[in-house]
Amino acid sequence: MSEHILLPEGSIEKQTTTLNLGPTHPATHGVFQNILELDGERIMQATSTVGYIHRAFEKIAERRPLYQITPLTDRLNYCSSPINNMGWHLTCEKLLGVQTPKRVDYLRIIIMELARISDHLICNSIVGVDSGAYSGFLYLMQFRELIYEIYEEVCGSRLTTNIGRIGGFERNFTNAAFQKLEKFLDEKSGYPAQLKEFENLFTRNRIFMDRTIGCGAITAERAMNYGFTGPNLRAAGVDYDVRIHTPYSSYEDFNFTIPVGKTGDCYDRFLVRNEEMWQSLSIIKQAYQKVQSFKGTEAEIFHADSPAYYLPEKKDVYTKMEALIYHFKIVMGETSMPAGEVYSSVEGANGELGFYLISDGGRTPYRLHFRRPCFIYYQAYPELIKDGMLSDAVITMSSLNLIAGELDA
Amino acid sequence: MLTNTIIQQRLTEKFGELLINWEEPYGMLTFTAPKELNLKVLQFLFDDAELKFTFLTDLQAVHYPDQKGAELAVVYHLHNWTDNIRIRFKVFTDILQPDVFSATALFQSANFMERETYDFFGVNFVGHPNLIRILNVDEMDYFPMRKEFPLEDQTRIDKDDEMFGR
Repeated sequence: MSEHILLPEGSIEKQTTTLNLGPTHPATHGVFQNILELDGERIMQATSTVGYIHRAFEKIAERRPLYQITPLTDRLNYCSSPINNMGWHLTCEKLLGVQTPKRVDYLRIIIMELARISDHLICNSIVGVDSGAYSGFLYLMQFRELIYEIYEEVCGSRLTTNIGRIGGFERNFTNAAFQKLEKFLDEKSGYPAQLKEFENLFTRNRIFMDRTIGCGAITAERAMNYGFTGPNLRAAGVDYDVRIHTPYSSYEDFNFTIPVGKTGDCYDRFLVRNEEMWQSLSIIKQAYQKVQSFKGTEAEIFHADSPAYYLPEKKDVYTKMEALIYHFKIVMGETSMPAGEVYSSVEGANGELGFYLISDGGRTPYRLHFRRPCFIYYQAYPELIKDGMLSDAVITMSSLNLIAGELDA
Repeated sequence: MLTNTIIQQRLTEKFGELLINWEEPYGMLTFTAPKELNLKVLQFLFDDAELKFTFLTDLQAVHYPDQKGAELAVVYHLHNWTDNIRIRFKVFTDILQPDVFSATALFQSANFMERETYDFFGVNFVGHPNLIRILNVDEMDYFPMRKEFPLEDQTRIDKDDEMFGR
């Protein structure tokens, strides 16, 4: 009767299964390795490995003049590179004592908030994909395209933008850029209508709610202790936002609220990000109005008056001797910076993106450290997914918005 | 309202002359503590009802090869969210015996940050639960962010003269 082959006694070493989730796994959207110890489908223990795309940016930055470090910051959180670029410019301006005009601040805010929307829309629609709803992703993606077209009009590139310069922008925003912005903001055919539709599809969707409520939850105390910042912290109920606490780039001139959640689970993170997108849209509209209120020569201002650090326009380089000298000095990396140490941070799409810059008075930073929010809150991931199901681990990872570039630097 | 002056007073009352090099670069209060005291300072800043520095923003190291006996600096950035004020404090350690107490018991967030600091500078965080390399390969036997590993110099030395203002 018994034809089954029986395993000899003692040949089963353990009752759990070890599973390598990653480093390259289609469900993790990036290079993440997690070694999971599974009891059936339940996660008993998880170990995270990071460092698969470490690129030694901090070391490279020690040999580069300030303006050549901007492209390195692009590659931190590549879903919202403009925020990283602006954060770096603001750090340099703080060290060098460059004052930016209001119009530059407002233009920067438009770009930064667009970047925040493009980051959050990816994160939230990917949460949809991981919970089995692909269509939201396809519909929202076309609006990221519109944002990228605005970047393209302003700086010429799309993903790794290298946008702006120390002191302002490389050129004034063209009319085409503003037209594209209006197209994006249009209530009927633009992003607000699409975001509304996206919310209708997900927010009160029974399947989505059952799938995300209570999944990957963290309390406010644990989140603070783990160094959470940004939407993930706010979803746990702490209203910390760098834009409010340490306003930079004239954020104090704007009216907006900071959405907070309660439970810190995937559903609250989703809601907080959605609400932040609405707030960002409102900030962009306010900033656009403020930009339009500049008339005449004021509407031509797009950089600070700081010839020693702001790369001059090409036509001036060919016609003015001063501009040629500064152009040469800046491009050859021959401008020394004042000695000192400065910490400056911006509210990145994932949290507080900090730059700690030590200058010894030379032409390159003596030491530069990026405070990468992803890297810091990724430590909580094993705790978040413990005792959950394997499929919850996937959805938790996407709702934390882990970006491999920001994790590894 | 908490100000840099009050923080400095509170800390001086508690630790006396042990805390040195008080500075305020770009408005952020900065000081240096003896490395044996780093946990005591962190704990005091965390627990004190007035100071409440309960958030560790950042932790990293800096290498100063010319400071004999104090080559490595470990820099902590702390943030008080109630009064919205930041401070920075440093401990210096000898590179030949780079032992610094780990802050992981106080801040979970210090875990990865200390591993990263160990990985790049070789600071040995005593009491860390899992002090292994994090971003570099496990087989690496040196600490790459130290200054004895310079990158290729991109500035040309044949131009080293007065004419170019170098």
